[in-house]
Amino acid sequence: SCALSSRCCAPSGAAPAMNCRAEVLEVSVEGRQVEEAMLAVLHTVLLHRSTGKFHYKKEGTYSIGTVGTQDVDCDFIDFAYVRVSSEELDRALRKAVGEFKDALRGSGSDGMGQISLEFYQKKKSRWPFSDECIPWELWTIKVNVVNLANEQERQICREKVGEKLCEKIINIVEVMNRHEYLPKMPTQSEVDNVFDTSLKEVQPYLYKISYQITDSLGTSVTTTMRRLIKDTLAL
Amino acid sequence: AMDTDLSSQDRKDLDKFIKFFALKTVQVIVQARLGEKICTRSSSSPTGSDWFNLAIKDIPEVTHEAKKALAGQLPAVGRSMCVEISLKTSEGDSMELEIWCLEMNEKCDKEIKVSYTVYNRLSLLLKSLLAITRVTPAYRLSRKQGHEYVILYRIYFGEVQLSGLGEGFQTVRVGTVGTPVGTITLSCAYRINLAFMSTRQFERTPPIMGIIIDHFVDRPYPSSSPMHPCNYRAGEDNGAVYPSGEDSQEVCTTSFSTSPPSQCVFTVTKAHFPTPPPVVTDTLKVPMMGLAFSHQLSSFRFSYQPAALGVGSADMGYPVLFSGGLNAAHPHQLIGPGKEGGVPPVPSQPAHGTQADQERMCTPLDGVHYSAATPSSSEDTETVSNSSEGKCASPHDIFIRKVGAFVNKPINQVTMANLDIPFAMFAPKNVELEDNDPMVNPPESPETESPLQGSLHSEGSSGSSTGNTHDDFVMIDFKPAFSKDDILPMDLGTFYREFQNPPQLSSLSIDIGAQSMAEDLDSLPEKLAVHEKNVKEFDAFVETLQ
Repeated sequence: SCALSSRCCAPSGAAPAMNCRAEVLEVSVEGRQVEEAMLAVLHTVLLHRSTGKFHYKKEGTYSIGTVGTQDVDCDFIDFAYVRVSSEELDRALRKAVGEFKDALRGSGSDGMGQISLEFYQKKKSRWPFSDECIPWELWTIKVNVVNLANEQERQICREKVGEKLCEKIINIVEVMNRHEYLPKMPTQSEVDNVFDTSLKEVQPYLYKISYQITDSLGTSVTTTMRRLIKDTLAL
Repeated sequence: AMDTDLSSQDRKDLDKFIKFFALKTVQVIVQARLGEKICTRSSSSPTGSDWFNLAIKDIPEVTHEAKKALAGQLPAVGRSMCVEISLKTSEGDSMELEIWCLEMNEKCDKEIKVSYTVYNRLSLLLKSLLAITRVTPAYRLSRKQGHEYVILYRIYFGEVQLSGLGEGFQTVRVGTVGTPVGTITLSCAYRINLAFMSTRQFERTPPIMGIIIDHFVDRPYPSSSPMHPCNYRAGEDNGAVYPSGEDSQEVCTTSFSTSPPSQCVFTVTKAHFPTPPPVVTDTLKVPMMGLAFSHQLSSFRFSYQPAALGVGSADMGYPVLFSGGLNAAHPHQLIGPGKEGGVPPVPSQPAHGTQADQERMCTPLDGVHYSAATPSSSEDTETVSNSSEGKCASPHDIFIRKVGAFVNKPINQVTMANLDIPFAMFAPKNVELEDNDPMVNPPESPETESPLQGSLHSEGSSGSSTGNTHDDFVMIDFKPAFSKDDILPMDLGTFYREFQNPPQLSSLSIDIGAQSMAEDLDSLPEKLAVHEKNVKEFDAFVETLQ
């Protein structure tokens, strides 16, 4: 098996095994905690899935830049986490998480949703086919937003969610420690198929963030009522 | 006997990696218990002194202590490197909080590439350590230190001693890395029985004048007997400097090769530069605002100045695709930046500058012991005392954590308190689950019309008010597309099944109906009058339905 090596056993050029490793985490948080909780998890994953910038030299050798890290304190959760020192990456995650939070608050939502972080490799295809994106790791965070009645409950929530996030960090680290499939270290011509080289200071594996709002009825209540009345009157 | 397969160069490299890994591990742990936020900067060009491609500062005294404990040896079977974190109150009571253990076991991985895979995995392990050091209970305690207690560290080498952690201590594994000479394991055992501590009561008292990081060779005395003597005196001109052995100046230049993949080039060079003359820094700063930072540490700011790069910033656009719909099947997609930005130019490496800076900031001290906290103010303050036990808001609530990652809870108990569904659903080991997993094998889109639509009109729904019936439609099994039964307690399928046959409205049953009918008839004229008044509003509403 490939477990011992960070290279895939398949001959170079062939697609890696189609088993995309998938991990699911679930949290219940108050509305104002959504952003910090998501950022804590996403940053922890990306800390492990980012390297320093590669610098290719002659004869196919390369050196790796240095990744700095920093502590982040949460305002609404009794919790702190470590992220890589890259303002660009932080901005990108905050933007994604902000949109997710807004969608969760929007009408038609029961306060349940999920945000996914997918790591993928690009496989160049010949014209007229477009490049394939082959995922190799997928992290999904399911969120359930709760509403609390009073300040005492909120204080307890701060602590409880903090404890839960500690558990999630431990879970993430456990997965990272399995040393399972990672894309082979690329040559210079292939590096953009494996890593996101657009950031100044760090180099995460190619990733995508997407989200989904769980909506048990699918449509807002007003529209449903209108449709029913219309149908009745039409008889 | 296992060394025959390993080339001598690989063996040398491996030993070096393990040694510096041990030193960096100690730095990360101790720095995480200083009580302040750590921040280091990334540098796109390797400076040559950043082991494992991570910017982890080296506090000289900590390195010194670690090297002293290791005494030239490396972690091996039965010889583990341990960092003990303990807490000491202003009254002299102390308590062990955590033991971080770097161990080696006999399980060897012969196939693994030393200068490539092992190195990268050690880097990953250090990242995990950075993350884990923030989630054990001692982190929060250490962030609040200074008022009534300080956090201390002690490094020892040899057998792991966990007895000081009290009963029921928890263990968290940070990770393992296999090497040809054994498997490196990093873990933490931490106390959960913090019966006499509560962070809440540490707010009211003035700060103790003392040192945050203290360390001592022997085990701390549980009683309030004086601490290990110190040699530090404020303001004294002291010419001693930490011995800079030749390996403290080693820089690590790594380069990796991708072609052919099996070839790895790794060089470690020694940078020879003269030891800067010792510089005496300021006198002991009186702690402000209750934060008692040690003299040395307050002058040791984590400033990190990598060479500036003249790279233009990538323009990142985020197309957002939105589609709602009954099934909510289409995720909102944000395309992360994945376009080529090119490789930035490599400026000259300021390797030596950084290293030299660190040494210059080193406070010269004779010996390694600091003054213990002997606050004269402690007698005046009403602080932690045994009588306060009753006042503690149960610290068990704060500090007890379950470290059971793979506990399966019944799905129905979805309450905030125990919502904990880890990776059981998608564990790749269980092929069965993966086959059923829509993430891996998305269900085929239904060819016929959505079963929900069909079933709304089936003969099974006797209370249906839509009026359209397909009498010949019989529903066998209801599995709405993109809906999972086993995650949410109430999904589309369950919802439909549960509410498929609602009970009859009570107003439609005869007896009650007759009674209320009479009442309704009586109030009818009144109601009609009201409605006639509002006829314009009703008309407007009907307009909107057109």
